[in-house]
Amino acid sequence: MNFKILKTPRGIYNSILILLCVFMPFIAPVIGQEFFTDVSARIMIVTIAAISLNLIMGFGGMISFGHAIFVGIGGYAVGIFASHGIESAYIQWPVGILASGFFALIIGAISLRTRGVYFIMITLAFAQMMYFLSVSVEKYGSDDGLTIDARSNFGLSFFDLSNDLTMYYTIFILMVACLYFTYRLVNSRFGRVLRAAKSNDERMHTIGYPTFGYKLTAFVIAGMMCGLSGLLTANFESFVSPDIMFWTFSGELIFMVVLGGMGTIMGPLSGAFIFLFLSEILSNITEAWHLIFGPFLILVVLFARGGVDGFFTKLERRND
Amino acid sequence: MLKKLILAAPLSVMLLVPNVEAAEKIKVGIVITLTTPASIMGKQMKAAYEVASDHLGGKMGGKEFEMIFEDDGLKPNIGKQKTEKLIKKDKVDFLTGYIWSHVMGASAPVALKAGKIFVSSNAGHSPYAGKMCHKNFFNAAWENSQNPMAMGSLLNQRGVKNLYVLSLNYAAGKQMVAGVERTFKGKVVGKDLVPMAHKDWSAELAKVKAAKPDGVFVFYPGSWGPAFFTQYKQAGLNKTIPLYSVFSVDGANLPVFQKRKMDHLLGTYNTMFWAPDLDNATNKRFVADFAKKYKGQKPSHYAAQAYDSLMLIAAGVKAAGGDAKNTDAVRKGMEKADFDSVRGRIKFGKNHFPIQNFYAREVVNKNGQWQVSVRGTVVKNHAPVMSNECKL
Amino acid sequence: MNYILLAEQIFNGFQLGIILFLLAAGLTLVFGIMDLVNLAHGTLYMFGAFFAATFVELTGSLVLGMILALPAMLVAGILLEVIVLRTLYERDHLDQVLATFGLIIFFNELFLVVWGPEGSGINLPPYLSGLITLPGGITVPEYRMVIIVSGIVIALLLYFLVSKTRIGMLIRAGASNREMVGALGINIKLLFTLVFGLGAVLAGFAGMIITPITQAESGMGESILILAFVVIVIGGIGSIKGAFIAAMLTGLIDTMGRSFIDVALLPFMDAVSAETAGPAISSMLIYILMAIILAIKPSGLFPPKGA
Repeated sequence: MNFKILKTPRGIYNSILILLCVFMPFIAPVIGQEFFTDVSARIMIVTIAAISLNLIMGFGGMISFGHAIFVGIGGYAVGIFASHGIESAYIQWPVGILASGFFALIIGAISLRTRGVYFIMITLAFAQMMYFLSVSVEKYGSDDGLTIDARSNFGLSFFDLSNDLTMYYTIFILMVACLYFTYRLVNSRFGRVLRAAKSNDERMHTIGYPTFGYKLTAFVIAGMMCGLSGLLTANFESFVSPDIMFWTFSGELIFMVVLGGMGTIMGPLSGAFIFLFLSEILSNITEAWHLIFGPFLILVVLFARGGVDGFFTKLERRND
Repeated sequence: MLKKLILAAPLSVMLLVPNVEAAEKIKVGIVITLTTPASIMGKQMKAAYEVASDHLGGKMGGKEFEMIFEDDGLKPNIGKQKTEKLIKKDKVDFLTGYIWSHVMGASAPVALKAGKIFVSSNAGHSPYAGKMCHKNFFNAAWENSQNPMAMGSLLNQRGVKNLYVLSLNYAAGKQMVAGVERTFKGKVVGKDLVPMAHKDWSAELAKVKAAKPDGVFVFYPGSWGPAFFTQYKQAGLNKTIPLYSVFSVDGANLPVFQKRKMDHLLGTYNTMFWAPDLDNATNKRFVADFAKKYKGQKPSHYAAQAYDSLMLIAAGVKAAGGDAKNTDAVRKGMEKADFDSVRGRIKFGKNHFPIQNFYAREVVNKNGQWQVSVRGTVVKNHAPVMSNECKL
Repeated sequence: MNYILLAEQIFNGFQLGIILFLLAAGLTLVFGIMDLVNLAHGTLYMFGAFFAATFVELTGSLVLGMILALPAMLVAGILLEVIVLRTLYERDHLDQVLATFGLIIFFNELFLVVWGPEGSGINLPPYLSGLITLPGGITVPEYRMVIIVSGIVIALLLYFLVSKTRIGMLIRAGASNREMVGALGINIKLLFTLVFGLGAVLAGFAGMIITPITQAESGMGESILILAFVVIVIGGIGSIKGAFIAAMLTGLIDTMGRSFIDVALLPFMDAVSAETAGPAISSMLIYILMAIILAIKPSGLFPPKGA
């Protein structure tokens, strides 16, 4: 990795974000805002989902309105097992991630046969189906949700998720791992094929690359990473409900990815941070805060399409 | 551009800095829905809390108190976040409100883990009355199956033999149906649980007509109510089949029904633990003062529950001599429930849910204002059926 | 088999189909010709509902109120197009999705603030509140028949417009090959504005005509919007004929599913399970149909030629 990056404005900004995440549990009590720690944890969990969406959307050009499904699958893996008394992380987590991957395989295999807006619509349709299905199944709470009594148990005395600090840093480390994983993946041969397919799928076909396989693989990987986000949500909130699968959450994730800068590594963290932070501030100003938020989103799309990352790019160009 | 960002940052942090005030005030955190169309209920509840606060003279047990309202946007994760904020930032002593079971499901554990007393002003999620009961958890409203069970008894009393059941396909909707079926002795000739996005009952109403029941039971709260009742009349069924409902026709949406001239609702029956014309001094005062605070309207049961929640908390604090931090003493005071509720005098079970009467109510036009009026007691001193599953 | 019930459910399915058609027609035109993914189409539906409710209240007459609301819809649609949507034609679909998503958020809040959380409604005059009895004992509420009839009239008018007039020819050409139409010197900007205006009026009309039945509330557009998108995907984007057939199909399947699935499941499972599975499956049916069509014939049942 090129460490000169850290001296640029973009590098400083991203470093600050990471440092904020690292030190928030210590900063927050000092400034008398303990609940900032919870907000940060939430931002990081959502960031993982955003990272996974950025992988297929930002780098792969697949705009999925159904990404929230995988958060739900991961979350309910924890919830359903816990409701049957199975609290071991060694069962919950692998099942959650594999189940997410499996569903991603099926949904991807069908959806990726389409393109453009058809792809958007079919992923939306799958999201709706999953949502209705989970609302109908009464055994696991339906839309009342499922309360989860205990966090996933790793059976290790020194690593106990019910300790809030341990939970917080587990989320942080997993988020950083996902960021690093994305960095390595998009710069690998696999990643290059994926990015090339995004810009010109037909050309890739003519030079002999079966892009469908690459895209599906990326879709499954993204699904599993998103499932991880779901596992963490269920653990952190001690609660899971079908709400997290509603299509509007997918829309919000898409926004976060765009806000941060599509197709960049650190974009999702920026985007999640700004989106959630802004929602919090605006909702404190007025109840009708959507009147401000809606136009803000429109303006970002029209004038700040590159997101935060685009802003830094413009800054760099000006300084050149 | 960068300069502007740097200037804006402290400004936004300032918005989040807590008010550093005289730290001795008792603080009650209230999480209800103040945005989205469901805010009809939230706004009535807010007005009711304020009426209660006025009646208490702004004091509990001799100490001043303040209420901090937060909006849950009808989302469990937001409700939970606001709950956390109230506990960690505003350092509230009590949490109350919570209209929806899923918001409460996400939020209550947070409050209980932090050792705070939690009073649900509406959400009647059944497990909390049974297996999930907690020493600091109170409910000032009802448990989900109680009202529909009372309705089942009312249907028996009114001689309904063949019933068609219409509800919504989500947790509360199913619990309503289960409640009615528990006590109703006749035959259920048809049942439809429609999806939540549903606003057109043409198919279901055709089935009702074909089944020829002598009563229709519905659970269509909030904005489903106006749509359904309009279509019921348009299908001509109001002339032939009596309509019974729970949580669908009440103080919150009667003004809307009256405005839209839904005359066929006059004369229909529903059940509830309370009605605005319940005859006791506290209720009379509550109803009168509520009208002054809230557009001259009659309160709904949501408002009544909100009022009682605050009064319950106040009774606890009073018993603790004003020391809200002495949770054990406050809890004991709340368990004794030595206060005048709008329901009269009620007791709480060991699961901290009310043991109360349920009344039949008829929709009437009194002095040009549509309201629900008591028509007799259906069941007395009813406790939630799962109460003995509570190990407190 | 209760034939009266079956017949009545078929009418209900038709009526739902008509509403879906009105929405889908506008959506498919806008998407087919202008290549604009407009998530805010449901918002136009909501505009129609509230405008009509207000005009009906002001004039005291259902018919007059609705007639006045139509030009209001045209104006609103054109304003929206000129101010916001025009900037999106050059953009890719993602940008369009996001910007129109922002519009949904904004307008839902605006209508909530202006009309209040209780929304609005339209009362039916007595001469439209009765029941029509057809041979065989089938009853249909008068007003629903009005909806079906007006929907068919509009479908015929649209068909006439699209296949027999010059504007219609431009629309069909634009749906098949937009660049060509521009290259032939037609004022594309004006055409787009007109097409969008037409779509807005259709959506608004659907919204206002359904309001006496389902009331007007903030957010009412979103759930039916998804169905409308499903309809145009099944029917073929850019095709009015496809929109009509797909809408009718969707309306019938959805209604029949809701009415008869729980009964149809009884041979396979017990009553309690059928009760739960029935509504779950019926809400998913339409999406399953769409998935099948996309798998077999991705451009839809009746795509415009050359698409």
